[in-house]
Amino acid sequence: MSLLDLFRKNPPSAPAARERLQILMAHERAGHKGPGYLPKLHKDLLRVCKKYMQIDDSKVSVRVEELGSVSMLEVNIELPGDGPAYR
Amino acid sequence: MSKVIVITSGKGGVGKTTTSASFAAGLALQGHKTVVIDFDVGLRNLDLLMGCERRVVFDFINVINGDARLKQALIKDKRVDNLWILPTSQTRDKDALKKPGVEQVLDTLREEFDYIICDSPAGIEKGALMSLYFADEAIIVTNPEISSVRDSDRILGVLASRSRRAEQDLEPVKEHLLLTRYDPKRVERGEMLTVEDVLEILAIPLLGVIPENQSVLRASNIGAPVILDTESSAGQAYYDSVSRFLGETLEHRFITPERKGLFQRLLRRTA
Repeated sequence: MSLLDLFRKNPPSAPAARERLQILMAHERAGHKGPGYLPKLHKDLLRVCKKYMQIDDSKVSVRVEELGSVSMLEVNIELPGDGPAYR
Repeated sequence: MSKVIVITSGKGGVGKTTTSASFAAGLALQGHKTVVIDFDVGLRNLDLLMGCERRVVFDFINVINGDARLKQALIKDKRVDNLWILPTSQTRDKDALKKPGVEQVLDTLREEFDYIICDSPAGIEKGALMSLYFADEAIIVTNPEISSVRDSDRILGVLASRSRRAEQDLEPVKEHLLLTRYDPKRVERGEMLTVEDVLEILAIPLLGVIPENQSVLRASNIGAPVILDTESSAGQAYYDSVSRFLGETLEHRFITPERKGLFQRLLRRTA
């Protein structure tokens, strides 16, 4: 480190933070602010699952992921119980 | 009509409990009968910030389980009229928060109180979900820092999909942004996100900006909500935020670095 560095200020970092957040939010919001039918689909899926197993409301997640030009519907159902569910 | 307000953020350490304590005290100071409930089961701290930790006998979980009556668990604040605290359990965990039990306690409180403030734990797990489920309005506490903003956005998504209002297709939970630990000097130097940056990203109405201030730690040290420190910028900013919440239109203060001497500023403000 040269003596000059002591007097050099760090460049502003807030613009970088803003830019990173904007990119991130655009990506992540595609997940939870998806099409309007998602909450209903979620509710219906829960109802169907509950016919066959005891399942907590928080164990079913439905989201739409947007990867470039492709939209992907992702449904995650976490099975209850303490071991493999196929027993 | 009584209202249930959740104070939430997703991220930990941004000032939820500090805000809950001050907001509840502020509403009570302005004449509204208010109760503040600690939902952080197992990591209770609201009692400390309210300075009533040695008066806790029964708690929220005792009431849910029917081991105590609500009246036995409620603690009346010694400094502020109209203010009550419902502490939580330090020994149990979040599984003790059963939805029907929580609902019953809230329904009973609605009969007596104007405002019910729910201090959410960090995260988006059971405790946080339970604290926001019955909310009519939400105050999202956010620091001008990327991880906090991201987590706030996440919790907004949770409010819009997992609250009772969302599940029952009622009018959505009303959202308010409270930006805390704001340091105008660092913002000016380009070291911190600006109010506008955060507003642009989260896109919800701004309730207030609480400046980074030494008074907040002092308040927690002595167990008195910082809003009671009427000399401090943070205390005044909280008071303004409560007034805005109650419908007043007030300009935002403390968002630009102080240029004049403190004495001058105070003169201008009281003039």
